[in-house]
Amino acid sequence: MVRVTHWLTFIAFVALFVTGGLIVISHPRFYWGEVGNVNTKPLFVIPIPSSRDTVPNGYNYEMPDENGWSRALHFEAAWVVVLAGLVYGIYMLWSGHFKNLIPARCDWNWQAYRDRIAKYLRRAPPDAAEARSYNVLQRTAYVIVIFVLFPLMIWTGLAMSPSFTAAFPLTVELLGGRQSARTIHFFVTGLLLLFLFVHVAMVALSGFRSRMRGMITGYTRDSQEAP
Amino acid sequence: MNPITRRNLILGGGAAAAGVGGLDAADRLAKRYGLIPPDGSGVYGPGETLTYACQRLLTRNTPAREFSRSMISKNPFANAVAPPNDAFRKLQAGGFRDWRLVVDGTVAHPMSFSLVDLKGLGLHSQITEVACEEGWSYIAEWIGTPLSGVLREAGVLPQTQYVVYSSTEEGMWESIDMQDASDPHTLLAMGMNDGNLPVGFGGPLRLRLPRQLGYKSVKYVNHITATDDIKKFGKGLGSVSPEYGYAWYAGM
Repeated sequence: MVRVTHWLTFIAFVALFVTGGLIVISHPRFYWGEVGNVNTKPLFVIPIPSSRDTVPNGYNYEMPDENGWSRALHFEAAWVVVLAGLVYGIYMLWSGHFKNLIPARCDWNWQAYRDRIAKYLRRAPPDAAEARSYNVLQRTAYVIVIFVLFPLMIWTGLAMSPSFTAAFPLTVELLGGRQSARTIHFFVTGLLLLFLFVHVAMVALSGFRSRMRGMITGYTRDSQEAP
Repeated sequence: MNPITRRNLILGGGAAAAGVGGLDAADRLAKRYGLIPPDGSGVYGPGETLTYACQRLLTRNTPAREFSRSMISKNPFANAVAPPNDAFRKLQAGGFRDWRLVVDGTVAHPMSFSLVDLKGLGLHSQITEVACEEGWSYIAEWIGTPLSGVLREAGVLPQTQYVVYSSTEEGMWESIDMQDASDPHTLLAMGMNDGNLPVGFGGPLRLRLPRQLGYKSVKYVNHITATDDIKKFGKGLGSVSPEYGYAWYAGM
């Protein structure tokens, strides 16, 4: 179940990232607060041409406009993430596996983090316990992605829906407005992308082929020893 | 990690079969309660349907967000529109005195309204946000008469499922379900920020639908058709937007 939802989420994340980027280029300006348009002062502007001629940016070039299917795929992929997340969450609660992800109680201090970082810097090999389980840095990263970044992504996405916010106005007001939600949505994308890069780099460093085989089939080379 | 075993495969297959059966049952329920949008087929159909169905269940009878007067945007932005045709220019030269809104379809009394007739049905105002699918937005005060009043006047028949509205802009038409059509915030706007609705913002008559994105708020509305068969219109996808790849339901 973990593997199925992991790969569904991965496929959906790629779709969300690509289509999100295509949607952003139709208005690569970001604002803070409730409203924002080309007549208001932006928080920042991505220095790229736009796919719409309504954005004055000095470029004499228009990007291809792909908003139609991008929006449709974006929301469909978002549904995949939400449903996969629900299945994953229920499975993890039911199986009690969350305890393997939440940092161990004895590691709830800065010393544990400093020690682990120092170990990475010394390029020390993982100890026996870590070969079977996740260390405090890994656990923290996973917990942040699962319990903070993905929920925040869904929240800020819904806070841009005029119909959803009509039913639940607090969801957008707590974020400071519709445009703030859009801006946070953009930044959290960056954090998720950062996680993806580090995650893939770590997989590559620890043996890409065996890790991929493990995540696809469930077997690892030493699976006989697995409990 | 659980390795793949025969037991797991059988369990997985069983779960998948149950899922397909569940989807089939959900599909039948959704059809009965009108939770499938007119463009709810094709590759993106499941996503569109899930969004529409969930939002319809969640947002029944919830009004659009309204804002304080101080939040009205000083410099609202209007998308460029195609240059108006000669007929529009002639109406404009006459101060839109001859502008007509035709109401027909599944109504007891097909009729047409001048702007004065519409104002006579009672004016409402709302301070709501226009949010474009591109990402930008602005807030304005909109003054007009609720669509529901116009439909009541024409005697909308009980079998009506959708209200189609079209514009003097060539090929521009949209439709909404009865939940949106009877929402008091669905306005036939004639005024904006204490003045007449400027032509750039859709004057003399724009349908304002604040719980959906800007492209559903069609400018220069001159024809409303109530219908019990949305498939008869255009390519049968509910509006012109899905013909260009955009969702019919734009509450998201």
